[in-house]
Amino acid sequence: MSQLHRAQKGSRHLLMGNEAIVRGALEAGVNVAAGYPGTPSSEIIETLAELATELNLYVEWSVNEKVALEVAAAASFAGLNALAVMKQPGLNVAADFLMQLSATGTRGPMVLIAADDPGALSSVNEGESRPYAKLMEIPLLEPGDFQEAMDMTRWAFELSGAIGNVVLLRTVTRLSHASGNVVFHELPERESVAQFQYAAGGGPLLSLPVKARHEQQQEKLRQAVALFEDSPFNTYSGPDNPEALIITSSICTLYSREAVEILGLTERVGILKLGTTWPLPNKLVERHLARADKILIVEEVRPFLEDEIKALAAESAARIGIKSFYGKRQGLMSSVGEMNPDKVVQALSHVLGLPLPNTESPYEKRVTEIAIEGAPNREGTFCAGCPHRASFWSINTALSMDNRGGFVCGDIGCYSLAATPAGFTTIKTLHSMGSGTGIASGFGKLGQFGMDQPAIAVCGDSTFFHSVLPPLINAIHNQSNLILVVLDNDGTAMTGFQPHPGSPVNAMGGGVVKVDIPAICRALGAEVVLGDPFDVEGTRRTFLKMLERTGVQVLVLRQPCALSPEKKGKKAYDMAVDEQACLGASCGCNRLCTRVFSCPGLVWDEKANHSRIDEVMCTGCGVCASICPVGAIGMKEFA
Amino acid sequence: MSAFALKHDPYNLIIAGVGGQGNVMTSRTIGNMLSELGLFVTIGDTFGASQRGGSVMSHLRISVTACYSPQIPKGGAHMVVSMEPSETIRVLRDYGNPAVQVITNTRPLYPIAVIAGRASYPNSAKMEKWIGEISAKTWYLNATAEAMKIGPPALGNVIMAGALAGTGELPLQRDVFASIIATRYPPEQARQNLAAYDFGARYVAAAAI
Repeated sequence: MSQLHRAQKGSRHLLMGNEAIVRGALEAGVNVAAGYPGTPSSEIIETLAELATELNLYVEWSVNEKVALEVAAAASFAGLNALAVMKQPGLNVAADFLMQLSATGTRGPMVLIAADDPGALSSVNEGESRPYAKLMEIPLLEPGDFQEAMDMTRWAFELSGAIGNVVLLRTVTRLSHASGNVVFHELPERESVAQFQYAAGGGPLLSLPVKARHEQQQEKLRQAVALFEDSPFNTYSGPDNPEALIITSSICTLYSREAVEILGLTERVGILKLGTTWPLPNKLVERHLARADKILIVEEVRPFLEDEIKALAAESAARIGIKSFYGKRQGLMSSVGEMNPDKVVQALSHVLGLPLPNTESPYEKRVTEIAIEGAPNREGTFCAGCPHRASFWSINTALSMDNRGGFVCGDIGCYSLAATPAGFTTIKTLHSMGSGTGIASGFGKLGQFGMDQPAIAVCGDSTFFHSVLPPLINAIHNQSNLILVVLDNDGTAMTGFQPHPGSPVNAMGGGVVKVDIPAICRALGAEVVLGDPFDVEGTRRTFLKMLERTGVQVLVLRQPCALSPEKKGKKAYDMAVDEQACLGASCGCNRLCTRVFSCPGLVWDEKANHSRIDEVMCTGCGVCASICPVGAIGMKEFA
Repeated sequence: MSAFALKHDPYNLIIAGVGGQGNVMTSRTIGNMLSELGLFVTIGDTFGASQRGGSVMSHLRISVTACYSPQIPKGGAHMVVSMEPSETIRVLRDYGNPAVQVITNTRPLYPIAVIAGRASYPNSAKMEKWIGEISAKTWYLNATAEAMKIGPPALGNVIMAGALAGTGELPLQRDVFASIIATRYPPEQARQNLAAYDFGARYVAAAAI
């Protein structure tokens, strides 16, 4: 259990960025927090949920990000301190409500944390949250290190309270999931009372009349900018008149500082580090732009900061002169992928006309040579014993036997990996949460144009609740043809087993009634079949039968995740390969178990010419025993 | 401010392995041991679903004076502690240099491409020869096998942490480790952790003689 609430003012800790954010929210006196799991944001709500009972907080995993934002907004409307947390794609989901919310404004302080993933370290995109601040006309804050992750979260509540609107705080994977040292401030002691004052003293929350509200909203931004001009989170370090000025924000601050240090340029290059990145504090930025003629902007993915600064520089040109800008627009730095110290070293060297480091040392040459053979590519795969591998094995073989070119529309979860050989490349489309079912619903209506390929959608149990219900209802109402396979592994597995509406507990650990997926689907009018993915034969037969029918059908395949607390470290079966029975390379299957099924619990022993079990990796699920055509893989139940 | 002088500042340590081997826990334990002494520590981890079964590494930046970025510059590692031999080579390709020191587990975990027959995995003798060739100093140990003599294979990480302490490269103190472990695990697991840590430290100390 987290000890974040116990430590005293002035104590120093090594914290993950997300933990620092939690401490900042606690120091601000957060009362209510809501979110939907998504890497790299999940630990924020998880940690707050652990502390909820003791600190009298209300914390929930909401069904999706839009509802999370609405739940948090309600707390703000009632005068409490509210927090909503999501990864960037979740902000897309919440955006519809956010646009209305930013127009009506808030009552109690309200902060929205969006976690971006530049470089897509744990995502299927590297989408940006920053442009949302501009689109929604709300202030944007970006912490530049671990201490700031805490301090700026605390201040974000203060700012929201001061202007009466929601504040967006953007973090990134390299801050949220990295760790660094943080010194704590005091925790507040106070009683909070919730009351929605819709009559005197507040009035109803409406975006009407639109023009007046919109003017009010923009006035709030002007108030924010006035505070930004003196914010301690915007800092300059370097000589008074540097040869070049770096303007940066977020984790790029640390990369920029390091690049300047590596090149030994602390006396020649200045760094303006901005914590308040939209709207920009005009006067402050203008003052620093005046220092140098060469301006290098260091940021990740799109040139958001670059565009804002250039607009500002154009307005101030008469006062500060014409600047030379270096960044992404002219192609010096890429608009794709994450930043690192080396990329800043290269860019800065270019700006100052410094020679680039030696092209390739003999060491680099040799180590690259060795790595070609010595470091074979390690692509991601399903864990040993993962039910998804078994599910996709059955779906894939059934689709091949059906032979009409059927395909699977994928969704977001660990099972997205089925777009790769890990899941026999069964998934052919992969977009946002719930989209697999929506796309399959569309494919299922294309029969009138001659399309006869069966359309299958897959989704996980948490995704089902998040955003599969509307497209499933759409398919039923519009009489589409599709099979939805719900890969129910008993929790939001990919992000660390957070509960969802189908779980018997909620975020704070309270017992709740499970929302029953098959019952919902039946009530909607779908044909529902239940199955166990570890019964490979049975699942394939069931699925083949479903392929013969039309209409909307749902197959719920239930088996807990191999890493779930109830399964982890416990083997169901003791697996062994009968070395006499395995025919090795001469078998007609051509090593089906390792070549195609490819579970990390199986290895091919080339010398001995047979497969064998890797006893460290194998979880004893028993599925490979039903894959082997000669029955050479045996399973023995543990006594 | 810490009273410890570091051999390099920042000292750049990489802890590498395969998703699921326990890298994150090890890097946090080592990070906490150093942070307790007043040092600045930054840990850059990569974790999440896409890392499961894939290559993972944690970058530790240790400094007396400042918070460094969560990514070590290319070619900038001082020490690599790796739970898997091919991952050792992968890390050295990007972060190695002629002065780098390496502690490597010798137990291979085959990538899926190797299991499927799309790629091959060189034998141990070849791997160890290569790793030795591209590092200034190398310690090899089968931490997985040794861990299984003490308890679960995941203790291999703790053996590696002990081995790192045994090199004397960083101010890692056994009593600090013991106190961190005591808050995290019940007595029997804490005892196994200490046994694994001590094995690693002794192994490296013996190798030095």
